Amino acid sequence: MTDAPLSAPGAAVGRSGRVALWLRGVPGTVAPVLAVVAALVALWYLACIPMNAAQSALDAERAGATLSTSASERRDMAGVAVALAHPAEAVAGAFAQERPRLPAPHQVVAELWDTTVGKKITSKRSLVFHAGITLGPTLLGFAIGSTLGILLAVGIVHSRVMDLSVMPWAIASQTIPILAIAPMIIVVLNSVGVQGLLPKAIISAYLSFFPVTVGMVKGLRAPAPADLDLMRTWNASALRTLVSLRLPMALPYLFASLKIAVAAALVGAIIGELPTGAVRGLGARLLAGSYYGQTIQIWSALFGAAIVAAGLVALLSGIERATLAKMGLRR
Amino acid sequence: MTVIQASHLDLTFPTADGPVHALRDVSLDVQAGEFVSFIGPSGCGKTTFLRCVAALETPTGGTLTVNGMAPDEARRARAYGYVFQAAGLYPWRTIGRNVTLPLEIMGYPRKERAERMERVLDLVDLSGFAQKYPYQLSGGMQQRASIARALAFDADILLMDEPFGALDEIVRDRLNEELLKLWDRTGKTILFVTHSIPEAVYLSTKIVVMSPRPGRITDVIDSPLPKDRPLDIRDTQAFLDIAHRVREGLREGMEA
Repeated sequence: MTDAPLSAPGAAVGRSGRVALWLRGVPGTVAPVLAVVAALVALWYLACIPMNAAQSALDAERAGATLSTSASERRDMAGVAVALAHPAEAVAGAFAQERPRLPAPHQVVAELWDTTVGKKITSKRSLVFHAGITLGPTLLGFAIGSTLGILLAVGIVHSRVMDLSVMPWAIASQTIPILAIAPMIIVVLNSVGVQGLLPKAIISAYLSFFPVTVGMVKGLRAPAPADLDLMRTWNASALRTLVSLRLPMALPYLFASLKIAVAAALVGAIIGELPTGAVRGLGARLLAGSYYGQTIQIWSALFGAAIVAAGLVALLSGIERATLAKMGLRR
Repeated sequence: MTVIQASHLDLTFPTADGPVHALRDVSLDVQAGEFVSFIGPSGCGKTTFLRCVAALETPTGGTLTVNGMAPDEARRARAYGYVFQAAGLYPWRTIGRNVTLPLEIMGYPRKERAERMERVLDLVDLSGFAQKYPYQLSGGMQQRASIARALAFDADILLMDEPFGALDEIVRDRLNEELLKLWDRTGKTILFVTHSIPEAVYLSTKIVVMSPRPGRITDVIDSPLPKDRPLDIRDTQAFLDIAHRVREGLREGMEA
């Protein structure tokens, strides 16, 4: 096997052990990931043909071709039927339309490239600019939400009253559709003079506190009865037990929930931009795209949001790995 | 001096299937410097008795004093060190910082913490391992570290709940020998729960035989063995006689 030097047992031992350990998993994980991505892209291209078939046929007619179906007949036909009726035209016109129903992957990639690398960051057409606008409330909301989540969890673990009273409300809060409550938060806060970053951050916090609460309650309760008994034999206070035992033990749970929370915070910030009719931010890009039928812009904003979320989660994973390794919790 | 005095101790746990008598009419005096083993099948209340002494359980009847105080007062006065079956070392702390954890909690100054840590690690033969993490140590070494942690704050009483129960026989033999030496050097009062007859006979000055349903004492044996006990004392007639009496006591308890 060609990757033998990397995956051989003991490859991680020695001076450059850290690097080797990091590389060891690569040959095994890259291939399956690439295969899945390739399959998805292929499926996407395939789907473009029937999705865009009606427009393709229209474009072909406008270019002078005579088709067996008329435009009014095609209006009542499904995309697949149109594509089957005019396969050549459907394939030829599927991947380069200006406002396709489903843009082809390369169109989205080109738009992404153009609006990130191709534009100055300060430009209003730059996706980086819009992502930066959305990132502010995301991070603020994430900070508020996770702090609140940790505090709630500490309260729930230490007080039976809080355990019984807060948890049902926390769960109930997440069953309310965020799309319904977001405009109300914006309007109510606006009426008391709070505008700008904070209302959006509060929607982010609303979505992100919950996974942190649930994860931290589980984590703070992770110490075994014997661990807690030991603390009791030393006559340790509840605060001391929290700091020396419960919190360190909860860290792996905390990181797992923070990763969910940061992605939820980004969704919250984007949703927070929608009801205000914002002109800046990823949510505004999505909204403007749908107003003007700019599907390519919508898709590239979607992917922009996904890339930002992935970046935030990756950042947290890095901090998690470093912290847990330092604490000897990773074997 | 009587360190632990229990008279007519009762402890009943209410459960869905009716009350469980974990302890029934348990009376026992432990003198300072004794090594007392509690032996019996599971459910006989030996661990429960230890937990009552540690104020981790509250008896429902009878009286119990530790150092002349109520158990909970004694706990708050840090009268005892407790060693559980699992070493219970925190994986994110080095061995040294695990040992100093109770000292931190009790507010010892930094310098004294370091001195005490050195001393108790030396006592359990782990000097030089202070900077290691628990996962870098074998099971036996981890248990020694947990004993060091219980010794660090100079409690006169050491409560040990099957501390070597999860270790193999060879390691257990060596740790038994070391524990005896440690007991001899420190003069502590040790209460030791076990389900191994040779272990109980080898270690103890007093063996308490218990039986289940309800948990009670069936026999208390004062060991005639000398204080200095090499491992091969286990082949002497005196040793075998005590072991035989313990076995008889256990059998009677099961039949009754």
